[in-house]
Amino acid sequence: MPIASFNQISQTMPLSFPTRPALVAYVTCGDPDLSTTRAVVLAAIEAGADVIELGVPFSDPVADGPAIQRASQRALEQGTTLVDVLKLAAEVRQHAQSTGLIIFSYLNPILRMGLEKFCKVARHAGVDGALLTDLPVEEAGDYLREMRRNDLATVFLAAPTSTDERLKCIAQVSSGFLYAVSRTGVTGARQQLNQDAQKLVRRLRKYTKLPIAVGFGISTAEQFTAVGEFADAAVVGSAIVETIEGNPGKEAESVAEFIKQLLRRQHSTFSSTMSSVSGG
Amino acid sequence: MATTTVIKGDKSTKAAVKGRFGAYGGRYVPETLMSALEELEREYDKAKRDRRFQRRLDELLHTYAGRPTALFFARRLTEKLRGAKIYLKREDLLHTGAHKINNCLGQGLLAERMGKRRIIAETGAGQHGVATATVCALLGFECVVYMGTEDMRRQELNVFRMRLLGAEVRGVDSGSRTLKDAINEAMRDWVTNVRNTHYLLGSVLGAHPYPTMVRDFHKVIGREARAQILKAEGKLPAAIIACVGGGSNSIGIFYEFIKDKRVRLIGVEAGGCGDNLGQHAARFHGGSPGVLQGTFSYLLQDVAGQVANTHSVSAGLDYPSIGPEHAALHDSGRAEYVSASDTEALDACTLLARTEGIIPALESAHAVVEVIKRAPRMKKSDIVIVNVSGRGDKDIGILRENLKLDG
Repeated sequence: MPIASFNQISQTMPLSFPTRPALVAYVTCGDPDLSTTRAVVLAAIEAGADVIELGVPFSDPVADGPAIQRASQRALEQGTTLVDVLKLAAEVRQHAQSTGLIIFSYLNPILRMGLEKFCKVARHAGVDGALLTDLPVEEAGDYLREMRRNDLATVFLAAPTSTDERLKCIAQVSSGFLYAVSRTGVTGARQQLNQDAQKLVRRLRKYTKLPIAVGFGISTAEQFTAVGEFADAAVVGSAIVETIEGNPGKEAESVAEFIKQLLRRQHSTFSSTMSSVSGG
Repeated sequence: MATTTVIKGDKSTKAAVKGRFGAYGGRYVPETLMSALEELEREYDKAKRDRRFQRRLDELLHTYAGRPTALFFARRLTEKLRGAKIYLKREDLLHTGAHKINNCLGQGLLAERMGKRRIIAETGAGQHGVATATVCALLGFECVVYMGTEDMRRQELNVFRMRLLGAEVRGVDSGSRTLKDAINEAMRDWVTNVRNTHYLLGSVLGAHPYPTMVRDFHKVIGREARAQILKAEGKLPAAIIACVGGGSNSIGIFYEFIKDKRVRLIGVEAGGCGDNLGQHAARFHGGSPGVLQGTFSYLLQDVAGQVANTHSVSAGLDYPSIGPEHAALHDSGRAEYVSASDTEALDACTLLARTEGIIPALESAHAVVEVIKRAPRMKKSDIVIVNVSGRGDKDIGILRENLKLDG
């Protein structure tokens, strides 16, 4: 399938996700070690992931649920750093020219490296953009400046609790795509998606033409397909992290298999799946 | 598409300067919490100007918490150290045993105003947890307190007190299983239940408006102390000494004296059991600026920006970051920050118990260490005020483990 190059977006045009929903896959880098992460990422791309979020492990992941907390802990025990993640990004880029690569991190590791250096190294590594979980738009002035100087996309979170005024501001400073958080809460797989996500995407759509990805809690093919009814992309994170955790020694194959299952229903009829959303 | 003009001119610039102390402070949280913080800021601004709110708070502080607290001249300690005249600000005499109740009453009334009847809190030593559970019982709120399992072990008695008061205590088993991890878990709860829950943060930490609001609720300590010392001695003290974990009791007593340039403000951090990263909680001796749990301040961290583990015999000082206003006071030189080790604090505890009949909390004992070091070098005409932020009842178990007493 044709995949848009993320590299183009920061210059002139927004990212166009070719399939609907496109798959944004999250991994915590260094869990259980960096070479496994590399194999998992390449397998995920091969299996059809359109964008990869390379998660930087952090000691205090306040926005994350148990699965990503455990993954971060394992990655930190391996000594994984932001520098390692950027090196990994460069390696992945050599094998996958047209897949979107986003650095997904808490702010402090980036600050510690220095914004300027981070942006330069990230750009050099072939990274397309970043999302910083604990950096709201109000505090993002310097970050936006450095990121733009290096043609890197700035993906921000929008939440069901965000006011219209905030959504407008978030839409204005975002580039690449927007990440709509499906519900209040931390990351982690859920049985059902609730209506918060759909409402939020509708509200956000008023302020932006950028693709909107929905994340937090998506773990099944039904949920994935249902998200395609109202959003451009679905982010799958904790479910992938749990797949890695549950299949030691065969992480890459298991993630590839999981992704293929997610994507299998993509072209089937959508209407029957909507009940799982509206029933949430 | 986004353009650079967005950074200037719209709400982002205006908001960006709020809640800053020099370069420090700010609001670094996941987007889900931003609206709740904005609401809290708005409501707090309104409450501050609402005389009925202030009257109700003042009345509770007086009739329920026991304010004003005494400023006590420590005669025997002064004679023993043969230097400056030492006064003790007796926050340990407040209901629930520490200054924490000041802030809990303030935020409790604020939560009531906002119609949020579920309260969550973190606690280290358990003093803030107990004060929160107390205020929730008083106001009829549901109360959940997060506490690291290591701290639960160290502060067993306070865990029971919270449960007795009707609070649910949830043990946190991640990280170093102390205060920092309890805050992480409380933030995760808040991010999930933000629509009906108020997070009653217990120190001058976290995202704006917490550092300002919590300081405001504690500045009564310094206001009273200033009036009391002027009445007793007719002059201002040469120095004020207070322990600094997150920094609420210290900023509380410092604040009214900041304008009095000749009054030295001295904060005492936990020196723990050594100088290496992981052995102490002295943020100004080994820390560097960074973002943790919503605020930009000094932080004990490694070269890759991972937050370091900390150690202190006192759970309430065992935290890798420090209130952002302290970071600004440190950089400007207006306040100075020293540290005291675990053993020094334990010894100071015994000394104060035996000279004045006051058993301080291990946190407050760190401030006592500094007066023991400093008073002998000061003039006899100088006055120094030590903030005894809490009482030592909760620490009896630890004191018994660590002190070999004769007789």
